[in-house]
Amino acid sequence: MGLFSFLKSKFAKKKEEAPAEKAALDTYSKGMEKSRKNFASKLDELSKRYAKVNEEYFEELEQILIESDVGVELSLRLIEETLDEATKNKISEPKAINELLVDKMFVGYATSGESIQNELHFAPEGPTVLLVCGVNGVGKTTTIAKLAYRYIRQGKKVLLVAGDTFRAGAVEQLKIWADRLGCPIVTGKPESDPASVAFEGAAYANQHGVDLAIVDTAGRQQTKSNLMQELSKISRVLSKEIPGAPHETFLVLDGTTGQNGVLQASSFKEACPLTGIVVTKMDGTSKGGIILSIRDTLGIPVRFIGLGEKMEDLQEFDLDKYLYGLLLGEKSDE
Amino acid sequence: MAFESLSDRFSAIFKKMRGQATLTEKNMDDMLKEIRVALLEADVNFKVVKNFISDVKEKAIGEQVFQKVNPSQMIVKIVHDEIQELLGADQTEIHYSATLTTLMLVGLQGTGKTTTAGKLGYYLKNKLHKKVMFGALDVYRPAAIDQLKQLSEQIGVEFFTMGQGDPVKIAKAAQQKALETGIDVLILDTAGRLQIDEGLMEELRSINHEVHPDEVLLLVDAASGQDAVNVANAFNKDLHLTGVVMSKLDGDARGGAALSIKYLTGLPIKFAGVGEKMEDLEMFHPDRMADRILGMGDIVTLVEKAKENIDEKEAEKQARKMMDGDFTLEDMLKQMKQVQKIGSIGAIAKLIPGMPKLSDEQKDAAEREMKVFEAVINSMTPYERKHPQVLRYSHKNRIAKGCGLTNADINRVLRKYDQSKEMMKQMKQYQKSGKMGRGFGGFR
Repeated sequence: MGLFSFLKSKFAKKKEEAPAEKAALDTYSKGMEKSRKNFASKLDELSKRYAKVNEEYFEELEQILIESDVGVELSLRLIEETLDEATKNKISEPKAINELLVDKMFVGYATSGESIQNELHFAPEGPTVLLVCGVNGVGKTTTIAKLAYRYIRQGKKVLLVAGDTFRAGAVEQLKIWADRLGCPIVTGKPESDPASVAFEGAAYANQHGVDLAIVDTAGRQQTKSNLMQELSKISRVLSKEIPGAPHETFLVLDGTTGQNGVLQASSFKEACPLTGIVVTKMDGTSKGGIILSIRDTLGIPVRFIGLGEKMEDLQEFDLDKYLYGLLLGEKSDE
Repeated sequence: MAFESLSDRFSAIFKKMRGQATLTEKNMDDMLKEIRVALLEADVNFKVVKNFISDVKEKAIGEQVFQKVNPSQMIVKIVHDEIQELLGADQTEIHYSATLTTLMLVGLQGTGKTTTAGKLGYYLKNKLHKKVMFGALDVYRPAAIDQLKQLSEQIGVEFFTMGQGDPVKIAKAAQQKALETGIDVLILDTAGRLQIDEGLMEELRSINHEVHPDEVLLLVDAASGQDAVNVANAFNKDLHLTGVVMSKLDGDARGGAALSIKYLTGLPIKFAGVGEKMEDLEMFHPDRMADRILGMGDIVTLVEKAKENIDEKEAEKQARKMMDGDFTLEDMLKQMKQVQKIGSIGAIAKLIPGMPKLSDEQKDAAEREMKVFEAVINSMTPYERKHPQVLRYSHKNRIAKGCGLTNADINRVLRKYDQSKEMMKQMKQYQKSGKMGRGFGGFR
């Protein structure tokens, strides 16, 4: 059974059985409407134009992948592998080729790097610290609010730490979220050393029985070595107050980012050990192919994706659902 | 700079090509394949890349490069011209209206609208001496208004807000207020939105309709991927954009979106954000950017930076002295100090055509060397600075003690001085024979 029919049968059953699952799946499908339209309908449209695949067909497949920001190198490799297997097994039917390609994407993702549970890994005792970093304007603060919301609903005592002491209005922005969510927040003075704010945050978490402390940081371009060192320092300082902290470090990545996303991930990984990636703004973009590229080159898993502006719109990243979402366009005409 | 790694790629490709004795269609195809990958990895739009490659190929065949004396240089020139065409030939200014000029900044979330509003305000106030007011229309993102207010205080411009009201009404009221108070430029900072968000796009259309901005500028993140062109198209369709501002060009994003948007939408790129500080906004010069992309440096920007930071009369005097061969150690020190004012060694090196990229260690070493020069020269008597040829061993010993360095350091400085003098002579000869000028920024 091909992956595609497997996914279909898996989710067709789920839709009837569990309403909660169905709701989550709907958010995915809806949030990814645009990605799907672009990727799936392009695949679909392509397969309709060709009765049999030929060289041009594969060139067009390559174009679809590249236009989804999958990246040149990975795209070329995926196409080559698909072509090899198609030749070996004498497959020439366009739809079957497309399924083969999606299969390759899936297997590639699943096998490059360890598989990991998306939910945060909480420390056995004491506060768990989550450090959140990324370049400017990717949506770190909003993501932090959404993550806080998620874990407050799971009954955790959450603390926000306003480590972005640089950008005008950043502390105020996080304060507003803390008010709305009704959770405590530790802030420093503007322009103060972010590491000291992080340290105070950790101390507060220790003293007040906080379950989860989420530390915000200023957006920084990965090429600014002094700022990257500052980030390393924040990460180190946290462990001084709470051994093992930060237990999780997330890189927030804008879903509309192109190939620079890989450079971002690798530079941030050097500055502090990343345990996962959150991809934001996936509802507007037709892309997000960069997820595959990053996993392929660095092995860092995507843990959550942002599918909309509402608090609930931060979803666990589920590869099955993601691909199913991408392919839903095809389903409708079968 | 953002295009560095794209330019690195191009340099490598061209270098390889120059190493080949003859150019055939076959090795040109190989080169074009490499250029294609380089462009795609820089996030240049797929369709643009496709056209680009076929245009270059067509021109190369059309101009019969294979029969020419130096085919690989011809190709480099064709590629250069094509890139310049992609970026558009002319630099585009903001259109100022006779009374109040209204600028509106729009774009996706997180592209840097508020920061750019601040930078534009800073630029308009300090460089063009305009009276500037910010209008806070981002009523959605928490603390966005606060952020803009803080920036207005930081740079000292007017600020208009009505809190979390209706952005259309706020825009109108801001414009009214600006007119009444004799403001030259009103900058409207709008909320970030997705181009597919019908409600929010409608809001922008209404604002546009009510205040008729002179400029509607779309913010595009330099790291954007293939979708950037679709975003630009959608905003343009609704709002009739007048231009694009590229933000975050200071990272290592290769800014392929910049190449693509101009080409596919015809919208000019007017500014580029190149850092976190308020003064880090540059006018976008497409012709210079093309040179930079191809690793040919950007001598024009260097000259401009120099102009901004160097005392012109002093510089002229220096230049005359240099050319007359009347160049002393004191002059060399002055010159070095002038250079320091322009920027760090690394930043300057990037702008000089043909200058290899410097590593951090090299940059540090260069900065240290400058200090050595200064110390050595300052420890000389005025006479010695003007006539270094009189320096004997005993003089050098005294100088070494004075600056706490060794005789070897002093000799190095003197050697460097001799070299500079020699270079001046050569430049003078070049100038006489007319070899300078365009050729300086030309192809290696």
